[in-house]
Amino acid sequence: MPALRAAAAFLHGRRGFYLALLLLPPLLWLGIIYLGSLFALLAQSFYAIDEFTARIVPVFTLATYRQLFSHPANLDIILRTLAMAVAVTAAAAVIAFPVANYMARYATPRVKALFYVGVMLPMWTSYLVKVYAWRLVLAKQGIFSWFVDLVGLTPALDGALATPVIGGPSLASSYIGMFVVFVYMWLPFMILPLVAALERVPGTLVAASADLGARPRQTFRHVVLPLALPGLAAGSIFTFSLTLGDYIIPSVVGAPGYFIGMMVYQQQGTAGNLPLAAAFSVVPIILIAIYLALARRMGAFDAL
Amino acid sequence: MTPAIELAGVSRLFGAVRALDDVSLAIASGEFFALLGPSGSGKTTCLRLVAGFDHPTAGKVTLYGEDVTGVPPFERSVNTVFQDYALFPHMSVAENVAYGPMVRGVGAVERRQLAREVLELVQLASLADRAPSQLSGGQKQRVALARALVNRPKVLLLDEPLGALDLRLREEMQIELKAIQQKLGITFVYVTHDQGEALSMADRVAVFRDGRVEQVDTPRGLYVRPRTAFVARFVGSANVIEGALARRITGSDQAFAVRPEVIEIRAADGPPPAGLLCCEGTLEEVHYHGATSRWHLRVGDAVLTAVRQEAAAAAAIPAHGARLRLAWSRESLVPLEAR
Repeated sequence: MPALRAAAAFLHGRRGFYLALLLLPPLLWLGIIYLGSLFALLAQSFYAIDEFTARIVPVFTLATYRQLFSHPANLDIILRTLAMAVAVTAAAAVIAFPVANYMARYATPRVKALFYVGVMLPMWTSYLVKVYAWRLVLAKQGIFSWFVDLVGLTPALDGALATPVIGGPSLASSYIGMFVVFVYMWLPFMILPLVAALERVPGTLVAASADLGARPRQTFRHVVLPLALPGLAAGSIFTFSLTLGDYIIPSVVGAPGYFIGMMVYQQQGTAGNLPLAAAFSVVPIILIAIYLALARRMGAFDAL
Repeated sequence: MTPAIELAGVSRLFGAVRALDDVSLAIASGEFFALLGPSGSGKTTCLRLVAGFDHPTAGKVTLYGEDVTGVPPFERSVNTVFQDYALFPHMSVAENVAYGPMVRGVGAVERRQLAREVLELVQLASLADRAPSQLSGGQKQRVALARALVNRPKVLLLDEPLGALDLRLREEMQIELKAIQQKLGITFVYVTHDQGEALSMADRVAVFRDGRVEQVDTPRGLYVRPRTAFVARFVGSANVIEGALARRITGSDQAFAVRPEVIEIRAADGPPPAGLLCCEGTLEEVHYHGATSRWHLRVGDAVLTAVRQEAAAAAAIPAHGARLRLAWSRESLVPLEAR
C-alpha cells in the first residue's frame, strides 16, 4: 500500500497537523454541543420578549436581568437555593471525610471494594424512584417517623419540625427533609474524589507529623486536611452545583418554596419566558464561579 | 547508667510472620548504634517500635528507664529521619523544620529562630523559603535531618537515610552525620543494609537476620570475631568453611571463617608450609579491583576467595585452572557457632 505509507510519512513529518486531526472530533463535540449550546442559552437571557405575543425578539436588552434582580421573590429563590447548596455541601463533606479517610487509609482491599460498591450502588437506581421513595420514607406516617417513635425520640423530631422556616408539618414537607434527600443523593459525589485525594497522601507524612509531636487532631488539621483539599474542592463542586441546578427534589420533597431549578423549568415551560429562564440559569454559573474563586484564594488547588 | 533505649524480649508478629522474634537490645546514651541486616530482617520493624509507629506483640520497650511500650509517637522524645524524607509538600523548608515546635505551641518568632539555627547546622539556611519540590535529593535529606533535630530529641532514629543518594553524596553525608552526632551528643539509631556504612559510622552494630539479632558488637569486633556464618559472610564477606572440608583442614567438625586477605596463595607443588593450615584448589576467576585483586578458587564443593595486593600479584597471574595452595595461620581462623 504505497499510498497509505506515503500518508503515514506525511503525517509523521507534521506532528501538529496529526494532533489536530486526532483532536478535532472531540473538540468539535465539546465546542458545539456543550459550550455552543450553553452560549446559545445564555444569549437568550439578553433577548427581549414581546409582552403580547410572548415571542422572543433577538434585540439586546438587560430588562430580563432587571426583572430577575428587582423582584424580591426572585432574590428569595436565589438565597434559598444558595443556602441549601451550602448546607448540603457542608454536611456532605462532614459525613464523607471519615468514610473516605477510612477507605483510603485503613480498609483492607476487600473491605475497600465493599465500600466502593456500597457508595456507588444507590447510583445504579433511577433518580426519580429514589426521590419518590424518600417522600414515602419521610412522610408523616412513614417508616422514618415510625422508627423515631420506636426509639422514643418523637419529641425531638416534633421539636425539629416546629423550628421556624426549616420545619413543617412533616419531614416530607419541610426543608429538613429536602436537605436529607439532597445529602443522600450527592454524598457519593463527595466521597469518591475525597478517597482519591486521601489515597495520594503518603502514610509516612502522617507518621512524620506524629513523630514530630503532633497529636492526631493536629496532624489532621496541618497535614491531612490541606493535602486533601483538592479532593474536597472537587467533591464540593459536584454537591454545590448539583444542588443549585436540581429541580426534581425540591418539587417532590419539602416545603413549597421555589428553587432556581424549578424556576428555570417553569419559565421555559408553562410560562414560556425563555429569556427569564436563561437568566435564572446564569445565576448558578456565577455562584459556582465565585465559589471556585474563593476556593482558589483559600489554597484549595495549591497541592494539585 | 540507664540505657537510652532498651528492648526486652520484644516480638512483633504480622499474622503468622515473625517480623521480630524475641529481640533484646540495650543502646547506651550518646551512642551511634547501627541496625544492620538484609531487607526483611526486622531492622526497620525494630526502629518503628522505638519510634512508636508500631507496637510489640510481646516484650517491653524502654526509653531512658521509662516504659513506653504502648505510648504513641507524639509523646516520645525520639525523632525520625525517614527513608523517603517525608517532607510536607505544602510547606516551605522553614515551615517543615518549624513543624515540631509549631505543634508543641512554640510562638512564631521563636520557632523561626529555632528553624534557622538547625538549618544553619545542616548548611541549608539559604534555602529556607524554597518548597521541598525545588530541592535536590541531598538537600531534602538535610531538611529531613534538620526537621528531626529541631525538637532536640534525646534519640534520633534514621531509617536508611542515605539510601536514595548517589555514592559520592552518600560518603559526604556519612562524614557529616557522624560529625553532627558527635557535636550534639544525641543517641543515633541508624538502620542500614549497607555493611560498609554501618562499619564506618557506628560505635556498635546489631546484625539482624530473620527477625532475630545475630550479634551485637563494635565494627572491629564484628569483623574480627564474627560469631556465626551469617555474620561472617554479611560483614566483610568471609570464607565460611564447614562440614567435610573443615574436618579435612582442621581435623574438627566445627565450622570456621577465614578472611580473604589473610589467605596466602602459593604454588601447589612445593612442600606443605609448616605451622600453617592449608588446602589445595583450582583457580577459577580473578577480579581486578585496582589496588587489590580477588581470586576465586574452587576447593572441593566450595569456592574460596582470597585477596591479594596488586603489587605482589602483578608479576605473574597463573592461568585459569591452575592448581594452587591456600594457606593461613591458625590464629586467623575464626571458629563459628552452629546455628
